[in-house]
Amino acid sequence: MAGSQLAETASEEVHIEVSDLTMAYGDFVIQHDLDFTIQRSDIFIIMGGSGCGKSTLLRHLIGLKAPAKGEVIYEGRSLWHLPPVERDGLMRRMGVLYQSGALWTSMTLAENIALPIQEYTTLSAGQIQELVSYKLSLVGLKGFEGYYPSEISGGMQKRAGLARAMALDPELLFFDEPSAGLDPVSARRLDDLILELNQSLGTTIVVVTHELASIFAIGNNSVFLDPESKTMIASGDPKMLLEQSKDPKVRSFLTRGEEETTTMQRGIS
Amino acid sequence: MNAQSLKITYPSAGTALLVLNGDWTLDKAQLDWHVLQRDLESRDALREIRLESQALGEWDSRLLTLLQNLCDFVAEREISLDLSTLPDGATRLLNLSHAVPEREGAKRSQKRVSPLNRLGELTLNAWHELLTFNAFVGELILSFGRLLSGRASFRWIDLLRFLQSAGPEALPIVTLIGVLVGAVLAFVGAVQLQMFGAEIYVANLVGLGSVREMGAMMTAIIMAGRTGSAYAAQLGTMQVNDEIDALKTFGISVMDFLVLPRTLALVLMLPLLTIWADVLGIIGGMLVGVLVLDITLLEYLIQTQESMDLGDVAVGLVKSLIFAVVIAMSGCLRGLQSGKNSSAVGNATTSATVTAILLIVIWDAITTILFNQLGI
Repeated sequence: MAGSQLAETASEEVHIEVSDLTMAYGDFVIQHDLDFTIQRSDIFIIMGGSGCGKSTLLRHLIGLKAPAKGEVIYEGRSLWHLPPVERDGLMRRMGVLYQSGALWTSMTLAENIALPIQEYTTLSAGQIQELVSYKLSLVGLKGFEGYYPSEISGGMQKRAGLARAMALDPELLFFDEPSAGLDPVSARRLDDLILELNQSLGTTIVVVTHELASIFAIGNNSVFLDPESKTMIASGDPKMLLEQSKDPKVRSFLTRGEEETTTMQRGIS
Repeated sequence: MNAQSLKITYPSAGTALLVLNGDWTLDKAQLDWHVLQRDLESRDALREIRLESQALGEWDSRLLTLLQNLCDFVAEREISLDLSTLPDGATRLLNLSHAVPEREGAKRSQKRVSPLNRLGELTLNAWHELLTFNAFVGELILSFGRLLSGRASFRWIDLLRFLQSAGPEALPIVTLIGVLVGAVLAFVGAVQLQMFGAEIYVANLVGLGSVREMGAMMTAIIMAGRTGSAYAAQLGTMQVNDEIDALKTFGISVMDFLVLPRTLALVLMLPLLTIWADVLGIIGGMLVGVLVLDITLLEYLIQTQESMDLGDVAVGLVKSLIFAVVIAMSGCLRGLQSGKNSSAVGNATTSATVTAILLIVIWDAITTILFNQLGI
């Protein structure tokens, strides 16, 4: 695969553009006026406090939920105005790791990973078997081919989910709260894996998280959603945001609330 | 351990002195806030409330709810509240509960809805439901088209598993119900027919009744409770676990991959089960005829054979095909509509069974009238 070369030549190319997006469940608006772009080979972080609509934004990006208003544009093509066949084609080029792993519980790990490959390639059973073993070994689960999802731990399920998300060598990977429910060491290892995928394959990566350690370790671009004003209040490299942002909500989030409490104490005394 | 008590005194017209005594814990008798509130409200000139808690024993959330009520009470009026004698911990907890103001709009308002309004909503829902069901039928037909042209993809092992669970595994219960329904039909008929000395026609009644009506209907109802609800539970759980979303993001059609094999399994198995139930219904009737009504075995069989033709069997089979689609669709649709929590899956299962049985009865009526009009 010529991923690394591609990454160098196309580093400043817009991969996903979100313009004027409003998300709503019925009449209830979750977030409005979202505008940001994700460059190819970015590790893009969607952050914000609990309940601000991070996961909902993810569902819009991967085409599971239609926007109430606005557009999600992939390489100049609006996801929701494409004919279904083309949209399926677009969606096939992305992989998603759900918060719970979302492995198909009635199938073994090998079958989980093999299903998308069977669906979209004409490889023989033996070749698929090799691919499956390779993907599982990438996430450190070699030898677990015959296990069912219920027979392995939550962290392993998550890694198996990642192996499945990578099954078709996607050029775009989405992660919904990758470190939720993982111990610090596993979470760190997952971060390293994300960085590795990004650097070696040039994969564009979008991560929904509120894990500060991860945000600073892997992110090079981000958007910050605020649940009170129901819109984005900051965007850019998280490390730059920490240094330069003046918004108290963003600062408080990125410093784990330490700055907020100091101002509060000052206000009281 | 002291009993809790609260003494109110009014040293001057503008001041109330509340003296807290004893233990203020959840397991002690509770003082009603409204009594205190009425007492305080009756003093118009009240400007200050002071709390004395030197004699306070143990305390927990019980005390804090009282304090919270007091705070809200004084906040609405221009009254000052002196809490300086409270234990340090209680003051801090009280401050904590006031640290974050109530989120505006967070509290759900309970609107009263007029019956007319509710009727309108129900009607709209029913209409919407009908449209969803029709759309689902349409999608299923498209999916079936893809199957015929070889473009639908599901795992054949899944289909085999569904065939196994919707067929052979249902045999024992279908057998039992089939025999019993046949026997019951025979008894009911025999009582009437005996009055004319026409017991032999029990064979006609049981034969036609089983083959045209009861065989298909009873089998369908059993399968709705057995298999339809299982489908709803399977798909509902997959919904909770994001497995359905995972399929969608891989561009794998939920219709082809999940709904089609389940529907196929029922469509293939229900007619076979129905034939089985027909035969056992006749055997049930025969047992009653031979053992109770003293009809000979041969007589009964010949009478049964003369009473019906293959057309009657076909009527039952056509019905069972319709029922199979109805059961599979109710199960799958309700499962896919399930919300993402455990009680939603339970509701989906119940709703799948109810919908399936309702539609079975409705379609049974429609087909019976239709066949009657057509003279089949």
